[in-house]
Amino acid sequence: MVERRPLLDLVSHLTLILGVAVIAFPLYVAFVASTQTAQEVARAPMSLVPGAHFLDNYWAVLKGGAINTPPVGRMLWISTFMALAIAIGKIVISMLSAFAVVYFRFPFRMLCFWMIFVTLMLPVEVRIAPTYAVVADLGMLNSYAGLTLPLIASATATFLFRQFFLTVPDELVEAARIDGAGPMRFFKDILLPLSRTSIAALFVIQFIYGWNQYLWPLIITTHENMYPVVVGIRRMIAGGDSVTEWNLVMATAMLAMLPPAAVVILMQKWFVKGLVDSEK
Amino acid sequence: MEKRVVFRHRSLPWLLLAPQLAITLVFFFWPAGQAMWQSFRLEDPFGLSSQFAGLDNFADLFSSADYLGSFRTTLWFSALVACGGLAISLLLAVMADRVVRGAGIYKTLLIWPYAVAAAVAGVLWLFLFSPSVGILAVYLAQLGLDWNPRLDGADAMALVVFASIWKQVSYNFLFFLAGLQSIPRSLIEAAAIDGAGPFRRFRTIVFPLLSPTTFFLLVINFIYAFFDTFAVIDVVTQGGPGHATDILVYKVYNAGFKGLDLGASAAQSVILMLIVIGLTALQFRYVDRKVNY
Repeated sequence: MVERRPLLDLVSHLTLILGVAVIAFPLYVAFVASTQTAQEVARAPMSLVPGAHFLDNYWAVLKGGAINTPPVGRMLWISTFMALAIAIGKIVISMLSAFAVVYFRFPFRMLCFWMIFVTLMLPVEVRIAPTYAVVADLGMLNSYAGLTLPLIASATATFLFRQFFLTVPDELVEAARIDGAGPMRFFKDILLPLSRTSIAALFVIQFIYGWNQYLWPLIITTHENMYPVVVGIRRMIAGGDSVTEWNLVMATAMLAMLPPAAVVILMQKWFVKGLVDSEK
Repeated sequence: MEKRVVFRHRSLPWLLLAPQLAITLVFFFWPAGQAMWQSFRLEDPFGLSSQFAGLDNFADLFSSADYLGSFRTTLWFSALVACGGLAISLLLAVMADRVVRGAGIYKTLLIWPYAVAAAVAGVLWLFLFSPSVGILAVYLAQLGLDWNPRLDGADAMALVVFASIWKQVSYNFLFFLAGLQSIPRSLIEAAAIDGAGPFRRFRTIVFPLLSPTTFFLLVINFIYAFFDTFAVIDVVTQGGPGHATDILVYKVYNAGFKGLDLGASAAQSVILMLIVIGLTALQFRYVDRKVNY
């Protein structure tokens, strides 16, 4: 703050409060709808005071079984598995490859590096049909492997680790070598502990990335019991003649938002670091 | 930049690289190669045989009013999402940079939508504005406004733009805030001593110094609007009504999985790849300027 301007301060606070309110409004409406019966929601306009059916609705979607309610409990498990497998898998394979690229000299080293680099330019959206064909040929439709493996290679994570490894002082390698440590020993005892903050930051970003995947699971899963929740919620919105039970859809939406939002808010520091670092 | 000290080992580096290279080859290069190959070929309706078609698939695309219309739709949609999102986030970031009390709370309350999946964001906004039950749609109707995103193309476009901006504001906000906080205090103070008011300071010092961040975010937002908004479109409008929100990514999906026209879908994929490559190159070209003032 350079100077005192009470009026401008007031305007700033009002703008921010308005912004926060607009951002939060859809969430609030979703929460309220998830505590009412389908009839109460359909009464236009619905009441903006939470209803009395919080437990009923959440229990109904978690258990599943009704016509328009696929088992959301199962979907949450698939989403959790996907998010964890993608986050951990990405971190592991990119760390290993960054280690190889930075700490070894071998033929075609730069070629390997560029091969990983260009994957940045091939997001799944632009090559869906052929990637689907490959996964189908490998017999991985409707499987955990099919959901996660094609999303696990990541140029950004490899870059992040490469950048970080380049800042690690050479003296550490020399010291480790003098003490007789081999490359893997150096990796495990020195590089891994040093990378802790990068790993935490990357984990937050990749967990959210994995949890929120939509297009890929949409095309490679055809069985309801392999849908992640983000895809499942789409199927709950009825097209055509059946009526959408918005209270249950909103309960599912709340459940789908909760884990990644919790990760962002609880690990805010790592989240901000991960976001800023991975775009460098 | 290279390491001076390295380890000597013949097979270990390959072993370390193997998982990443294997996945990259199988799930990135092979499909991308297939897309390129198919984009030059024409398949018979049963998918049993195909023949070389040269650039016919591309020629078909660029002579189809549908596809050119989708290009225009995508550009219009991306411009709305990018400019709208950037303007709102810049305003919020400047305000958050000003306030002392409660800055942390505002930040936390503004960044959580980043965690919301695009599909879920679409569901939330679809619900708010759905003609019969949506609370905002009902208020609009009471005001006498005719609102129906299922019938009116402009309404549908507005709805997907709202949902897309809502989800992206948090990301832009964080980068703008970081950019604002890295502007040297002394510059602002010097301007204040010279008698420049807050608006003048923003216009002549802050905004120009922020331009690398703005440019970077502009590219990122275009990439976001081009590709990551697929889920919003699929949930909210399915490209309709008519083709009012039929963006390029949605078209590729439709051609490949609903229309089963592999040649056309592959040709569209190749065009999209070129667009991503262009945008990514642009981003990397300016990425160094992002942090150095």
